[in-house]
Amino acid sequence: MIISIASGKGGTGKTTVATNLAFSLEENVQLLDCDVEAPNAHLFLNPQINETRQVVANVPAVDESKCNFCKKCMEICRFNAIAVMGKKTVFTFPELCHSCGGCMAVCPEDAISEVPRSLGTIELGQINKIDPSNKIDFIHGKLDIGQAMSPPIIKEIRQTADNSMTTIIDAPPGTSCPVIASMNKTDFVLLVTEPTPFGLNDLSLAVEAVRLLNIPCGIVINRSTMGDDCVSEYAKKEKVPVLMEIPFDKNIAKAYAKGDLIVQALPEYKSKFLQLFEQIKTRLAQKEGVI
Amino acid sequence: MKELVILSGKGGTGKTSITAAFASILDNAILCDADVDAADLHLIASPDIQKESDFFGGYEAVINPDKCTQCGLCEEMCRFDAIHDFCVDPFACEGCGVCYDFCPEKAIEFPLKNCGKWFISDTRFGTMVHARLGIAEENSGRLVTLVRQETLKIAQKKKIDLILTDGPPGIGCPVIAAIGQADAVLTVAEPTVSGRHDLERVCQLADHFKIPVMTCINKYDLNLEQTDKIKALAEEKGIAVVGQVPFDPIFTTSMIQKKSIIETDETSQASQAVKKILDNVMAQPVMKNKSVRLNLL
Repeated sequence: MIISIASGKGGTGKTTVATNLAFSLEENVQLLDCDVEAPNAHLFLNPQINETRQVVANVPAVDESKCNFCKKCMEICRFNAIAVMGKKTVFTFPELCHSCGGCMAVCPEDAISEVPRSLGTIELGQINKIDPSNKIDFIHGKLDIGQAMSPPIIKEIRQTADNSMTTIIDAPPGTSCPVIASMNKTDFVLLVTEPTPFGLNDLSLAVEAVRLLNIPCGIVINRSTMGDDCVSEYAKKEKVPVLMEIPFDKNIAKAYAKGDLIVQALPEYKSKFLQLFEQIKTRLAQKEGVI
Repeated sequence: MKELVILSGKGGTGKTSITAAFASILDNAILCDADVDAADLHLIASPDIQKESDFFGGYEAVINPDKCTQCGLCEEMCRFDAIHDFCVDPFACEGCGVCYDFCPEKAIEFPLKNCGKWFISDTRFGTMVHARLGIAEENSGRLVTLVRQETLKIAQKKKIDLILTDGPPGIGCPVIAAIGQADAVLTVAEPTVSGRHDLERVCQLADHFKIPVMTCINKYDLNLEQTDKIKALAEEKGIAVVGQVPFDPIFTTSMIQKKSIIETDETSQASQAVKKILDNVMAQPVMKNKSVRLNLL
């Protein structure tokens, strides 16, 4: 089972829910931090990193001695990543390249090859818990500073993961391509929000995205006592279940600021996160039953 | 004219609330919401839309089953695993057009895709340019660039002093598009381990593109130790700390009333702190120098 945790708005508590849920479960679980622009889960779980892998994109390299300057590569490229200047020079713009391979395939002179360019890294590790019989397998990614494209790193994390394990994915904020790459082909999406107009606005965008992907979802209202009841009303109207509410609590905020998990600071939360997980399982089982 | 971009790396640190507060203090500014993916500034600014335009951000392949002979070449050539059973998965399609160009039967259509909308609006703070990227769409960077270009055009025409750009979270494509050629970046940090971690990454990004950075700390009193660490980090990197704002429920109550914190209570501690931050920002050399800016972003 793969649960992705998303929100639309940033800073609502995705990482808090993802890390605490993973830490609470009494089974082996896999945590994938797919917010590769601003990965934070490791700060709360302190994984032991065992392996680092480079994530590269293949970009064209042109052998000008073979090139006949026909411009077919420039014409096929929708990303303006290759430009032929007159009959002398070919420029490539690796940052704009999406690695579609079109230029290489279209070149009649076989003058284009591909060279790897670094986009970032993924790191694989493990988190041991007090109970040695279960652990968390951890993977996160880091986009290199100055690189624009995070989806290839997210895809690399997802491909590296063991899909047979219970998996929790910490997704990036927003509703565009990096979020879709994180939520796509997951069994359930937990949407973490706060009960404010900003939280609601971005939640409703996230719900639209989840519905496009046709994935069942539920809501966690974080800092539920700081705001109004706009989110509860929305959830009722849209028939999206609210699966958990976490009240605003200075002790939680303080633990978070230091990099501690809620379940470490306030152990009574462990059963709440386990309940959240059971609710998701029940909902998925019901859905299977219907089919 | 100057452009100040508000960023944070981590989401939810208070970028939009602080941008709105600045907007209610400044007289001759224009607002640009560069968070096209989950825009929120309009919830406070209550824009009266004057002009609405479509954003065409890319193309999408569609296979015509009547012409398709199921040769499988498109599936073989697609690098994005977007074609299965002679159908294109629109979420996986990158819009590269390779399948369209190579299909021997010309069975693939490649229409331009409407990926969102952008707006020019009147608000009580002045003009605002903003956008909404279609759900699950790509090319947020291009839409951010478009919104900033349009803001710049209006700012030049109306002789505006300052463009206030509310940036997106993260450090990727839309953030890179939001800071190119800006005069300065103001980061809103929060005193948490994750806030500091992400601040560091966004500062590295600004440095990479040679954009001067300053930082302010929101909710600074939530964890004074982390606040000190942020200040130490700033000092180490030569980043000006232009102020700090205490934790104050006025941010939430203002948001609910669709107001900036200045409009809710100008005398509140948080409002006073934000005013001081704006004064300090405007006093920075990068905001005072005469800048020569190209019209092209």
